[in-house]
Amino acid sequence: MANNVAIELKNVTKAFGGNFANRNVNMTVNRGEILSILGENGSGKTTLMNMIAGIYFPDSGQIFIDGKEVVIRSPKDAFDHKIGMIHQHFKLVDVFSATENIILGLQDEKKYNLKESAEKVLAISRQYGFDIDPQKKIHEMSVSEKQTVEIIKVLYRGADILILDEPTAVLTPQETQKLFAVLRRMREDGKSIIIITHKLHEVMALSDRVDVLRKGESVGTVITAETTEAELTELMVGQKVSLNIERSEPQNPVDRLVVTGLDCTDRDGVKLLNDVSFTARSGEILGIAGIAGSGQRELLEAIAGLQHVDKGEMIYNNPKTGTQDNLRDKTPMQIRELGVRLSFVPEDRLGMGLVGNMDIVDNMMLRSYRKGKSIFLERKAPKDLALRIIEDLQVVTPNENTPVRRLSGGNIQKILVGREIAAAPTVLMAAYPVRGLDIGASYTIYNLLNEQKQKGVAVIFVGEDLDVLLELCDRIMVIGSGAVTGIVDGRTATKEQIGLLMTKTTKEEADHE
Amino acid sequence: MSNPKKTHSALFHLVKRAPLPWYWNLAVRAIAVVLALVVSAVVITLLTQKNPIEVYSSMLDGAFGTELRIWSLLQNIAILLCISLAVTPAFMMRFWNCGAEGQVLVGGLATVSVMMFLGGKIPTPLLMVVMVLASILAGIIWAVLPAVCKALWNTNETLFTLMMNYVAIQLVAFFLKLFVKSGSGILTPMPQYGLPVIGGQSYLLNILIVALLTILVYIYLKYTKQGYEISVVGESENTARYIGVNVKKVIIRTLVVSGALCGIAGLLLVGGTNHTISTTTAGGRGFTAIMVSWLAKFNPIYMVFTTFLIVFLQKGAQQISTDFRLPSAISDIITGIILFFIIGCEFFLQYKILVAKSGKEAK
Repeated sequence: MANNVAIELKNVTKAFGGNFANRNVNMTVNRGEILSILGENGSGKTTLMNMIAGIYFPDSGQIFIDGKEVVIRSPKDAFDHKIGMIHQHFKLVDVFSATENIILGLQDEKKYNLKESAEKVLAISRQYGFDIDPQKKIHEMSVSEKQTVEIIKVLYRGADILILDEPTAVLTPQETQKLFAVLRRMREDGKSIIIITHKLHEVMALSDRVDVLRKGESVGTVITAETTEAELTELMVGQKVSLNIERSEPQNPVDRLVVTGLDCTDRDGVKLLNDVSFTARSGEILGIAGIAGSGQRELLEAIAGLQHVDKGEMIYNNPKTGTQDNLRDKTPMQIRELGVRLSFVPEDRLGMGLVGNMDIVDNMMLRSYRKGKSIFLERKAPKDLALRIIEDLQVVTPNENTPVRRLSGGNIQKILVGREIAAAPTVLMAAYPVRGLDIGASYTIYNLLNEQKQKGVAVIFVGEDLDVLLELCDRIMVIGSGAVTGIVDGRTATKEQIGLLMTKTTKEEADHE
Repeated sequence: MSNPKKTHSALFHLVKRAPLPWYWNLAVRAIAVVLALVVSAVVITLLTQKNPIEVYSSMLDGAFGTELRIWSLLQNIAILLCISLAVTPAFMMRFWNCGAEGQVLVGGLATVSVMMFLGGKIPTPLLMVVMVLASILAGIIWAVLPAVCKALWNTNETLFTLMMNYVAIQLVAFFLKLFVKSGSGILTPMPQYGLPVIGGQSYLLNILIVALLTILVYIYLKYTKQGYEISVVGESENTARYIGVNVKKVIIRTLVVSGALCGIAGLLLVGGTNHTISTTTAGGRGFTAIMVSWLAKFNPIYMVFTTFLIVFLQKGAQQISTDFRLPSAISDIITGIILFFIIGCEFFLQYKILVAKSGKEAK
């Protein structure tokens, strides 16, 4: 393996509106090497890679490829320098086939010949061990297949330097292993691979070297074989953090929310939820695992009264009155009027949970502004709440009148979770509450969920990181294609077991229920 | 690599700015106005060989020259401001109400009908009340129809409200054809049945009413629960649903407010100023109001200034055409240049341009 330098960055700086996303970053990638870019969210990983891929242009600094300084002003320039990036969000045309997507926009002065192109696609697949049908349409593909198309797309254009932005976020453990095998084969072929991630075990398993970014600056490059997960975390966060989540035993759990036989379809008649039944108990965290888009969002929205339900029951046992209420076919207002204290941290923070252009105080009012008979708004209590949350959860913000969208992802989430918890819920649903958050903020959220559990709240937690689900949850419900494929005990289940359940689409007899 | 012309750096690129302090905001806008005046001066000199200073003084003269002109300026500001206030709640809700023109016109039509058919037949105070109610109701009907269809069937409100404008214009034309006996199509003004004149100034009442409405709309949007709901629905319907807001109800209710204000504008225009109606009574103000509202970032207080600017430009430009016997296109050119600079300066408030190599910030 020749150890020559493929790409080198020197003092690259990029600022957005006065905030440095990257500051004097130096980095080298060799040929035949896998480099991990590790860093918390907001540490500037994606910005840095976007500058190599021609999406952004650096404010200052130089980029060298094979020792020559280059200017990359557009993705096309990047391709001319044999750089290809696979973005987190795929950029594919749904109604086109794999091959059509791959050759789309390509200017190689050859005639448009689908057959020839398809053969080339197959040749690339064979070389690196991909599994793909060139004729298959994108909309018929799974997430992992779409990712394969994206990777082949850049290889087809002759890329020697591949950048992958959090490629495993949407994959099952099994698919991740497959992807890693392909990447290793590319490394042997002499390609340079840069992979952005914040999953430590993947860094350890895959890469040769790790570049750690913190607050936009490179804080160190280490050789993977010579480091440990603990050391990397310390580099990333800048201080020692304990990676353990406390898990207390549930105290007198009672059935709080009993869901039976829930069915949902979307406008086109596609089934979103299929006969979903489960029970959420007080003083317990129920985890929901599954590949992204398997019906997690619809399930929570159905409970919150935002998604129409075709069939099934959602019975809420009111701890105060002892009555049983069916939440089905009720609007969010009616649910609240029943005295159901249901808090919901939706997946889409700024699109649903909060209003980005409003300040923190006005966002606090979202839940409570109706109180009282006056036609005027009362901003005193929301302001007090805002100040309390800013202080208790250590939200970093200039003041309570800052528009929420100007805050970082972690701080936005603290505001949202803080508000939902302030309503003293009996059921707390949180969809991907730590997505996009750094380690410190993630642990703040886990602790908040744990606190609520100890207070006797029935917590429903939709997560994507199986390691976290296994550490945090008392029980884990796995769903695949809108159906419950199993409910397992969080203390005894293994990652492999859950991974297998995630890919199933029919109900299986779980071992621990 | 393949392109030999490629330099080693881009010539310039854009970077989003951090929010600027208020005095910078003001300064940039002031610079924009000055630049606009300079450029207009050059254009005027080139096209007409007239002294630009004279042209500008003629503009000032047109707007402030006599007491009558000042009253007329204020009256025009009042009407345009009233319509701008009317479209603002709808626009804040991202409901693109392009139908203010028609809503004002039917408000005016209702007023003129009351004047014509009830004038002299019922006591004057009662006539006033009926006039006010009729105009408001007409405006509401014209605005709520598209809102109901939007709420129930998600129809496109832009097209719907635009088409309602044509219906209103045709309705007025039909009215004139039917009731103007002479066949000239011009309805004789009926000042005897108009809104009362206070303080001896025929425009004073209009101005006071709009001043009051400005404050009320400001309070409504900023400090009431309904105003808050409008903002939430406008920013994100999903958030509104999530917190249990009845989005359909808010859409319809807001357009009731919007239509009512347009109806009042029609009342002031017909009952307070013209005392008659024609198909051009609204005079495009329904569309100008959209620009006024956006320029003021939906803030009713700022709208006072943006309305002043627009009306001043119109009045001044009219004077230029008369004084120098220039085609009216010249005044449009000047108005265009000034608006171009004022809207264009928003770009510099949001972005800065970095020029390569020197790395210095450029305006």
